[in-house]
Amino acid sequence: MSAPKTLYDKIWDAHVVSEDADGTCLLYIDRHLVHEVTSPQAFEGLRMAGRQVRCPEKTIAVPDHNVPTTEGRETHIDNEESRIQVEALDKNARDFGINYYPVTDIRQGIVHIVGPEQGWTLPGMTVVCGDSHTATHGAFGALAHGIGTSEVEHVLATQTLIQKKSKNMKVEITGQLKPGVTAKDITLAVIGKTGTGGGTGHVIEYCGEAIRALSMEGRMTVCNMAIEGGARAGLIAPDETTFAYVMGRPHAPKGAQWEAALTWWKTLFTDEGAHFDKVITIRGEDIEPVVTWGTSPEDVLPISAVVPAPEDFTGGKVEAAKRALDYMGLTPGQKLTDIAIDTVFIGSCTNGRIEDLRAAAEIVKGKKVKEGMRAMVVPGSGLVRAQAEEEGLAQIFLDAGFEWRLAGCSMCLAMNPDQLGEYERCASTSNRNFEGRQGYKGRTHLVSPAMAAAAALTGHLTDVREMM
Amino acid sequence: MEKFTKVTGIAAPMPLVNIDTDMIIPKGFLKTIKRTGLGVHAFDEMRYDRQGNEIPDFVLNKPQYRKTEILVAGDNFGCGSSREHAPWALADFGIKVIISTSFADIFFNNSFKNGMLPIVLPQEQVDLLMSDAEKGENARMTVDLEAQEITTSDGQVIKFEVDAFKKHCLLNGLDDIGLTLEKATAIDTFEGQAAQSRPWV
Repeated sequence: MSAPKTLYDKIWDAHVVSEDADGTCLLYIDRHLVHEVTSPQAFEGLRMAGRQVRCPEKTIAVPDHNVPTTEGRETHIDNEESRIQVEALDKNARDFGINYYPVTDIRQGIVHIVGPEQGWTLPGMTVVCGDSHTATHGAFGALAHGIGTSEVEHVLATQTLIQKKSKNMKVEITGQLKPGVTAKDITLAVIGKTGTGGGTGHVIEYCGEAIRALSMEGRMTVCNMAIEGGARAGLIAPDETTFAYVMGRPHAPKGAQWEAALTWWKTLFTDEGAHFDKVITIRGEDIEPVVTWGTSPEDVLPISAVVPAPEDFTGGKVEAAKRALDYMGLTPGQKLTDIAIDTVFIGSCTNGRIEDLRAAAEIVKGKKVKEGMRAMVVPGSGLVRAQAEEEGLAQIFLDAGFEWRLAGCSMCLAMNPDQLGEYERCASTSNRNFEGRQGYKGRTHLVSPAMAAAAALTGHLTDVREMM
Repeated sequence: MEKFTKVTGIAAPMPLVNIDTDMIIPKGFLKTIKRTGLGVHAFDEMRYDRQGNEIPDFVLNKPQYRKTEILVAGDNFGCGSSREHAPWALADFGIKVIISTSFADIFFNNSFKNGMLPIVLPQEQVDLLMSDAEKGENARMTVDLEAQEITTSDGQVIKFEVDAFKKHCLLNGLDDIGLTLEKATAIDTFEGQAAQSRPWV
């Protein structure tokens, strides 16, 4: 009998095309997702070398980073550079014959929401994209990670990637979550514990009762931020929840192929006794709704806490904390719930799915956003938007004073016109609170959709449990 | 890709931890469809004020560091977004080597693809090189990839590890795609087998 394997080991082994003596492998890529920002140079490289896309049928493109989220974008994008990038993707998709969802298509949206929604992402696959949040697809038990543009060109040309195997890391969330605690709080709490470099060189497998209890939407939120913990990828073993989500999606297997796929997918779990190089365990009951106070996703605290002081840290983090407090305009000892907010952003590949919108709408229903608050909901895809409208969520948001936008990455990285002004402060359901991320000198506090909704109503960071 | 063998040049200290790729190249510069010309925007928001004037305190704006070729950086350099614009900007600025206690995976890989050498060393050695870099333009370090050695301005030698395949590619300026296409038969074979075992893919 062969040695026990982790889930990562199994998916890796199933995709090795060749291995050199030093362990450098050629890994086969099942799905290649492409967006407009990190691909133009790659397609240009192909043209210059006279190369084709090896597997256009396994390549899926959608514009998301640059596109405005306001009406009329199908006919005109004001920012010339953004327009050029989107037009370049239109042309590249056409010239190379790859699958494409332009802004005119209701299926357009954030690449990491579109892939699973359309059934492109399936258990046991290798999935890459020129975008670090490709980790999202790990929720299906797919080995999924971000790559640079040179690697995008490499995958386009060869359908493979040159890789060395990462180490195995297990993150177990035991027990059950308390009310008001969500997948976003889990993933932030993990980064708070491990740091943004804690997963470097590893692929994380998330497991435990609290993970099993999550919906696919919640699992995608958890895996999405594996990259913020430094991990190459995050994985969750597929189970009945996964299969139920995948079944019937446009590109999911059907009939006899479905049965064959299911048989293999059911073998995709970590064997008893398999080796992990690093193990982290957190009790689900110990996780509170959390919020970030600084400019790194590891700057995580429970909402009940106070702003820390630089002296609370050691090593290089002391200077980093000083800089972060200055950038964020915060004072040590200040209660997190006293921090006033002027902007709320609900959306992104972390929290732009239907379940996220439902959670936010639940808090907002029948209430009004704080006067002067700029509050925005940006659904992750055209289909999420349509579903939210059908469920009456859009009307709840509009009645409360939220803007109801078209799908895209929007203020998560603020490449389109949705940006923070200088010193504006945002409760955001996105994934990064870096300096300038949501706009020059803009200040970001990462939170769950329910926490963002609560802050929109009160005008300050708020413990959502008080509103439930 | 240009060959990388040996660099002797000015090293600049950037001790801040978790320098992310948004800091290295802010999103406003990702709208280009070219790889070149980003050096002037490297570290844009740390380097220039809103009017585009240089911020004199920023290390690469100081007279002694304007021609920096080696960065000695704080832990977890290059974390965050996968944007290859970050190594493009650094390479275009003239950076050839980055030394830290750790790098984010994607940035680390992206650097090699652009002829730059990221070097991981233990804390005490990074501290030593950081002090050396603080000496300014008179302190020139040498990084020898073939020998896997860094020589400080006062002649101390520090050995470093580098992946054999990545070293080979850097030393010879090799293009990954060309190398992989030599294995086209193996890819064909794999695809043939996968079509049998996982026909739904």
